[in-house]
Amino acid sequence: MAIMQRVKLQSLSIPLLSLLIAFVVGSILIAMQGSNPLLAYQVLFTKAFGSVEGFATTLAKATPLILSGLAVAICLRAGLFNIGAQGQLISGALASAWAGYSFVGLPFLIHIPLALLFGAFFGSLVALVAGLLKAYRGVHEVITTIMLNSIVIALADYLASTPFKEPDQPITRTPKIEESARIPDIFGLPLGFFIAIAISLAFWWLMRKTTTGFRIETIGRNRSAGWYAGISVKRVIISSMLLGGATAGVAGAVETLSITGRFEPAFNAGLGFDGITVALLARANPLGVIPAAILIGGMRGAASTMQFRAGVAPEIVDLVLALILFFVTAPILLRLLKRKEEGISLSSGWSN
Amino acid sequence: MTNLLDVERLSKRFGSVLANQEISLSVKPGEIVALLGENGAGKSTLVKAVIGLVKPDSGTIRVKGKELPYGDTAGAIARGIGMVHQHFQLVPVMSVTENLILGDEPTKFGLIQMQKARRETAELSKRYGLAIDPDAIIEDLPVGMAQRVEILKALRRDVSLLILDEPTAVLTPQETDELLEVLRNLASKGVGILFITHKLREVMAIADRVVVLRNGKLVGVTSPKESSESQLAQMMVGREVVLHVEKGPGNPTGAALEVRELEVLDDRRLEAVRGISLQVNAGEILGIAGVEGNGQRELVEAICGMRNRRKGKVLVAGKEVPNLKPHEVHAAGVAHIPEDRERHGLVATYSISDNLVLNRFDQEPYAKGWIRDLDAVARNGDELVRRYDIRTPNASAPASSLSGGNKQKTVVARELSQNLPVVVASQPTRGVDVGSEILSLSDRVAVLYGGKIVATFDSKLANRDEIGRLMAGSEGSRS
Repeated sequence: MAIMQRVKLQSLSIPLLSLLIAFVVGSILIAMQGSNPLLAYQVLFTKAFGSVEGFATTLAKATPLILSGLAVAICLRAGLFNIGAQGQLISGALASAWAGYSFVGLPFLIHIPLALLFGAFFGSLVALVAGLLKAYRGVHEVITTIMLNSIVIALADYLASTPFKEPDQPITRTPKIEESARIPDIFGLPLGFFIAIAISLAFWWLMRKTTTGFRIETIGRNRSAGWYAGISVKRVIISSMLLGGATAGVAGAVETLSITGRFEPAFNAGLGFDGITVALLARANPLGVIPAAILIGGMRGAASTMQFRAGVAPEIVDLVLALILFFVTAPILLRLLKRKEEGISLSSGWSN
Repeated sequence: MTNLLDVERLSKRFGSVLANQEISLSVKPGEIVALLGENGAGKSTLVKAVIGLVKPDSGTIRVKGKELPYGDTAGAIARGIGMVHQHFQLVPVMSVTENLILGDEPTKFGLIQMQKARRETAELSKRYGLAIDPDAIIEDLPVGMAQRVEILKALRRDVSLLILDEPTAVLTPQETDELLEVLRNLASKGVGILFITHKLREVMAIADRVVVLRNGKLVGVTSPKESSESQLAQMMVGREVVLHVEKGPGNPTGAALEVRELEVLDDRRLEAVRGISLQVNAGEILGIAGVEGNGQRELVEAICGMRNRRKGKVLVAGKEVPNLKPHEVHAAGVAHIPEDRERHGLVATYSISDNLVLNRFDQEPYAKGWIRDLDAVARNGDELVRRYDIRTPNASAPASSLSGGNKQKTVVARELSQNLPVVVASQPTRGVDVGSEILSLSDRVAVLYGGKIVATFDSKLANRDEIGRLMAGSEGSRS
C-alpha cells in the first residue's frame, strides 16, 4: 500500500480533528432538540455503512460528490478556489440529458461516452469563462464562479422549461434519456462509481507523474517562482479551470445518466456545493476525495432515516456538514492569524 | 529635556534571521533622525517594534521617559507616535477631510459634523504649512499630495514623534524636495522625526543625526556634519567580515555578455537605467557596485527578462537576445541567481530535488514527453546536494527546511550546474553568513549611480574609498 503510506499523518490529523469537533458540536445540537445524539449517529451510520444495500446507496450518493470534489480540488491545487462546481455540474447534467434523449438508435457503447463527453464539454465551457477572466483580466475566480452559478442555474431552468421541455407535461423537465444512454449497475453497484474512482486515480497520476501536474502544482504553490521558471500562469489557470469544469460536468452527467434519467432542475441541488466540503476535507488530494465523498454521501443518504428512526430533523446533517467545512478551514484561518502576529505578511488579499 | 523616544538594546528574530540585534537609538523633540540602511537591514522591523506592530524579543522602548509595553499599538498612538507607512493607508474614493477624520469623527447627536471637520482640516493644513484642498478625492491626488494627507492624519492626533517609512520611495524628485521642506518645518515646531531611507542625498540634506543599520546591527551613529556621503555609503554596504576569496585572475576570451545603450523604466515608470553599455568577457567577473535605488536592480531584471527594456540591446555570446520571458533568456544562455530567492528562486513547499529542476522539469532526462522521470529528478537532487554542499538530511526534504545560505546554494546549484555562458547574480550574498567583497571577487568593477555607469575599474587598482565616493555620486578621479 505505497499509496497510503504517502498520505502523511499530519495531513490526516486536521480533517479527522475537524470531523470529531463537528460531530461533537452536532451532538449538542441534537441533544438540544431533545433527541439522543448517540442513537441518532448510530442510526445514521448503520443505515449508511451497516448493510450491503445501505452501502450501495451510499456509494451511489458519493459518486457525484467524488467528481464535484475533484472539480474543486484540482483548482485548489492550482491556487484557484472554484466555487462554481454547482453551475458547471448543472450545465453538464443538462447537456448530457439532451444528448441522452436526442440521439436515438445509438449502441450504448457509443451513446454513454458521447453523453458523458457532452457533460464534460459543457461543464468546462462554464468554467472557461471564469478561467479566461482570471487569466487575462485578473477578475477573481470566486466572484466569477459564484455569478456563473446563478447564470447557469437560471439558464438551465429556462431551457428545461421551454425549448428542451418534455412535451405535454406540466413539469419543468426534459424528456427521459434513451435506454442506450443509461449507465447500468454492475454487481449491484452503479458503474458511475467506478468511473469516478478511475477519474480520481487519473488525477492522482496526473498530479504526481506528469509535467502538466507539476506545472499546476508549482503555480499553486508559488506563482512568481513558476512564472520565473517559464511556466505560463495563464495557461495553467485556464487549463485547471477547464479540467475542473469538465470533471464537474461529468459529475452532472453521471448523476443524470445513472440516477435521475433526465434533467430536472431540483435533482442536482447542492451536489456541486458539497464538492467544496469534500475537496477541503480531502485537503485537495485526488485520492482523499474518495473517502471524504463516501462519508458525506453516506450522511446525505441516511439523513431521512435518521429523522424517521431517531426523531432528528434531517437538517442536522446539513449543519454537521457545515460545521465540518468550518473546522476544516479553521486551521487555515489560524495560520493566517499567526502570520499576522509575526508581522511578516501584514497584507494579504483576495486578488492574486 | 526628555527624549521623545529611547530604544535600548532591542532585538528581534524571525526564524533564523536576526532582524534587529541589540539596537539602541533615541529621538529628541525637534530632531530629525535618519535611519539609514539597505533593504533587509532591519529598519522597518525596528520602527514596527516601536509602534507595536512587531513584538520584540528583548530590549526596552521608552516614550517620553515612560516604558511602552511590547506590541501596544494603541499605547504608542496615545502617547503621540504617528507613522506614515510606505503604502498609504487611505480610502481612495473618499475626500481628504473624510480620510482625516476616519476612526475619530467629530459628531453631534451621532451625526458627523462635516463642516467642523472641513474647518479643522483647513486649519491643520495652514498650521503646518501643508497646503491641500480639504474636498479633494484621494484617488485624484498625485502621490506626493496623498502622502501629505497621511502626514496630516498623523498630525491631527497631536503627534510628537512622526515616523516615516521610506517616504520618498514613491515620490518624484520635486515631491521629495517638498517633503523635506515639510519635515524641516515640522521639526522647527518641535515634532521629532524618525525617517527610514536608503537615499544618501536626503540624509545629507535634512538629518540632524544618522543611525546606520546593516544586517540587523547598528553600525554607527553620526551626523551629516561629521561624515560624507561616501562614508555613509560604506557604512551601509560594507561588510564586517572581509573574506579573502582565493581566486586566480580571469582569463578573458571574448565577450560573453554585451549590453548596449540599455534604457529601462522602474516600477514608477521613471527612468532607472539611463543608457548603460557594458561588456563581460568569458572567464571574467564584472562586479556592479552601487547604493540601492541607482538602477542596478532594473539593470539585472532587464538583462534577465523580468522587466521590459525600453531601448538598447543585450547580446549573449554575440547573439542578440530580444525582450523575452525569464526562461527564454535562460535558454539563450543566461543563468540568473535572482535577488528575491524566496519569491522567484524557490517553491518553499517543494522538495530540494524538485527545486533543483524547477526550470527544466519538462526536459530530458527529467521528463520523457509528458511523463516526469522522478528517479532522474531524485538522482540529480542527490548529486547537486553533494556537489554544492547543500546542508540537508536528504534531497527530498522541503526547501523551506533549509537555512538562508543553503536555500541560496540550492538556487546557485540549479543555475550553475547547466554551464551556461553567462551568470547574473543579484545580491548573491544577501542574508548569507559568509561576507564577501565585491573587490576581491570581481576582475572589474563598474560603479552605478543615478542609472548610469560612472566609472569602471580594474579591481586590482581600485580602492574602496574611491568606489564609495563614486557610489555616493561624487566625481571620481577617473572614469
